[in-house]
Amino acid sequence: MTYIAKPKLHHPALAPNALGYLRRDYEGSVSTLCAGCGHDSISSAIIQAAYELDLPPHRVAKLSGIGCSSKTPDYFLGNSHGFNTVHGRMPSVLTGANLANRELIYLGVSGDGDSASIGLGQFAHAIRRGVNMTYIVENNGVYGLTKGQFSATSDRGSKSKRGVVNHDSAIDMVSLALQLGATFVGRSFSGDKAQLVPLIKAAIRHPGPAFIDTLSPCVQFNNHAGSTKSYDYVREHNEAVNRLDVIADRKPIEVDYEPGTTISVTQHDGSVLSLHKLSEHYDPTDRVAALSYLAERQAAGEIVTGLLYVNPEPGDLHGALGTTDRPLNSLSDAELVPGQSALDRINAGLR
Amino acid sequence: MTAPLAAINDFVVKFANVNGSGSASANSMFAKAVLRMGVPVAVRNIFPSNIQGLPTWYEVRVTEAGHLGRRGGVDLMVAMNPQTWDKDVAEIEPGGYLFYDSTKPMPASRFRTDITVVGVPLTAICNAAYTAARERQLFKNIIYVGALASLLGIEIGVIETLLAEQFEGRDRLIKANVAALHMGRDWVADNRGPLGLQVRRADAVGDRIFIEGNQAAGLGAVYGGATVCAWYPITPSTSLAEAFTSYCQDLRVDPESGKANFAIVQAEDEIASIGVVIGAGWNGARAFTCTSGPGISLMTEFIGLSYFAEIPAVIFDVQRGGPSTGMPTRTQQADLIGAAYASHGDTKHPMLLPMDPGECFTFGALAFDLADRLQTTVFVMLDLDMGMNEWLTEPFSWDDARRMDRGKVMTHDELEAGRDFGRYLDVDGDGIPYRTYPGVHPTKGGYFTRGTSRNPYARYSEEGSVYVDNVQRLLRKFETAKSLIPAPELRPASAPTRDGVIYYGSTGPAMHEALGLFESQGRRLDALRVRGFPFSSEVDDFLASHDRIFVIEQNRDAQLRTLLMAENGGDPYRLVPILHYDGTPITARFIVASISSLMDATTPPGSRPLREAAE
Repeated sequence: MTYIAKPKLHHPALAPNALGYLRRDYEGSVSTLCAGCGHDSISSAIIQAAYELDLPPHRVAKLSGIGCSSKTPDYFLGNSHGFNTVHGRMPSVLTGANLANRELIYLGVSGDGDSASIGLGQFAHAIRRGVNMTYIVENNGVYGLTKGQFSATSDRGSKSKRGVVNHDSAIDMVSLALQLGATFVGRSFSGDKAQLVPLIKAAIRHPGPAFIDTLSPCVQFNNHAGSTKSYDYVREHNEAVNRLDVIADRKPIEVDYEPGTTISVTQHDGSVLSLHKLSEHYDPTDRVAALSYLAERQAAGEIVTGLLYVNPEPGDLHGALGTTDRPLNSLSDAELVPGQSALDRINAGLR
Repeated sequence: MTAPLAAINDFVVKFANVNGSGSASANSMFAKAVLRMGVPVAVRNIFPSNIQGLPTWYEVRVTEAGHLGRRGGVDLMVAMNPQTWDKDVAEIEPGGYLFYDSTKPMPASRFRTDITVVGVPLTAICNAAYTAARERQLFKNIIYVGALASLLGIEIGVIETLLAEQFEGRDRLIKANVAALHMGRDWVADNRGPLGLQVRRADAVGDRIFIEGNQAAGLGAVYGGATVCAWYPITPSTSLAEAFTSYCQDLRVDPESGKANFAIVQAEDEIASIGVVIGAGWNGARAFTCTSGPGISLMTEFIGLSYFAEIPAVIFDVQRGGPSTGMPTRTQQADLIGAAYASHGDTKHPMLLPMDPGECFTFGALAFDLADRLQTTVFVMLDLDMGMNEWLTEPFSWDDARRMDRGKVMTHDELEAGRDFGRYLDVDGDGIPYRTYPGVHPTKGGYFTRGTSRNPYARYSEEGSVYVDNVQRLLRKFETAKSLIPAPELRPASAPTRDGVIYYGSTGPAMHEALGLFESQGRRLDALRVRGFPFSSEVDDFLASHDRIFVIEQNRDAQLRTLLMAENGGDPYRLVPILHYDGTPITARFIVASISSLMDATTPPGSRPLREAAE
């Protein structure tokens, strides 16, 4: 109910973060999604991540496409500019926004219909272009707003609420993102905030294309027996390869795990990702191994979650284009308009 | 026997070549040599959708009088393509000339008796001088330029200077080309005298420049302050993005850091191109894409978003022959309605209608001010004829005191001072609301942009009255646009008349030539060149003050006439379509013939609809 103002009250024990903002300052309008929707948990995880990272809320731009998931940017970071674009085309709009002002943090929120069906092309090209962004797909395998059609991430053989069996192959967005050059790839589950919040925090700190596929059950149309995107199914088949802690600004790491079970990855901005290994041999800096492991576990019917790949020294589109360090939208006439003297020279060459 | 044509500085030479044979640079050098002698030329490249092997033509109208439209007809055919020989020979005006490679004898039946045939054994000369196949091919082109110079009285020194400029610093190449040039010249001097068609040094070019409209528009985008360009290759617009790229590399790289004050993305398709533009525009950068009709079709959903969510964007549409893939390398003005009303629902968009490369530059820059001021998509409608042909145009000029008009943008300080911000609130009565750039203020000025209906404070609403208020405001904004679009240009007849013509875009030069011919025939026509859409009150006045108005267009369906009727109440019985749409540029000859026959034959307007005389 976006027209209902949220009460300004908050729990007195909630502490402000380093910028003096309360968690409440990162919230948005009241959600209009169904009670129990996985997407609301993801919104809440985004709020928590932004609060914990001490982000100035207005320095985040949140963009989405069309669909249930794409409505959610209205429900978090109410002081941020948001843009609900057109179906499947958020990646290009985000790319343009990012080119215009490289100083903001770009958060793209999309769904499996928006990014794997109608928007697969734009998803692929934004990733391969290396746009510095956090791209979250709220993946429920179903079209919610139009009441229960399969999406392109529905597994072959899975059943719709009406009992129809899906005969098309599923698109695995994590494998795609890895192939296309995403430099941070994770998968999580809306029901596991302990795993999801650190992943979002790490993705936001990652200075390159970061992708998180988040399984997010649709309580209304895809939470029944026979679905492979239901709460029960995901809980039963969730195979987390690691647990992540994000330590900002090189604070000493306090290891409370057994020696040899923790990997530290220092990102370009100095933040440290401390990964507690759950799967003994999994190395999240080896892209080729990640692809092969994912394929193997997928064949076994398991859903691999965690930080699946990270390149601590990624490039991004601005680097490739060699653009100025200043936001392009702040450049003035002096920098942009060459004036008559340059025209005189050009005219002289055209006679 | 028809007497051979005799003319000084007023004739048409057409080169018939094979695509990919290297003829383009030789032909262009021929045209430039005439220009350097102070005689204006109008050139047209007629080329296929092909890289190598298909026929291609290059037409040079030598015109001291400065008629820059296509004339029609050919006085001298340079027939270098056996595939098109018969058609090329048939096109020559009676009394005209045929220039060909006479190395292999041709039967008399392949010629005409009413033309003068000039055979030069180009292949034989080449084979005697060169051994490598590529050399033979390339130098053959220079040899025929030398021969033509001798036949037409073009000063050989002028061409030598052009060669020296083109191959500056590569002396060996200059020497080799000059030698080839001389071979052609000397053969003609030894074997044949000059033709009746002659180029004489004059002073009719002045300080004008010779440039393609696409290149001019790309430069206009630089001067318009565009920083983001996203595009997808499509004929005939590709060279616009390439020109923007090369001008940016020249003019927009920060001298200290070496970094780019621009970002150019070749996107995966036209949908992504316009998406990038809208994202950048939303975030306060000036952004554009360039495309042609098929691209506009793909972009329409986003164009509707730009209209309804009010996001600045600039689209250069270099029009080609449609519909569908149509005639990709031929010219038309057939995207007018498609652009004006692009997207579903009630939408309309401002358009600028440049006439020549000079206006491609000025409108190309102006479009960005208009897009920011009006917070919507602004189209700049070029076409293949002006976009991909070099035209003679006034030198570019710029007022160094001019500043970008960023439109109504609420700043951090205004927000901080407590100024009321409603993203879709009409505070000034002109239909244009204020916007904020993302990230401007920690707690004020943030809003959610959407393509769905919303109230003046950008909150989602499906309330009927809220929706109606908003779309009515968009109409007020469109009214405001009328005062910002460049005014039409009126050329009154030499005596009062109730007859008029309305024209636009690349039809300009041919129309201006036709107007001179009408005057000499004693026909009086007031002429109005519209330069943008929506049409301003001057257009209403013109419609009201004429009984019969010929609307000249290069499309089948009289699209501008439709806009005049739909938007300005133009009377269909008084608006007479004159339509040219075979893909070749319109000519003065066509306009004069079409209008003259209608003026001679028709009953007064008002009694019945007048019909066009299209070819």
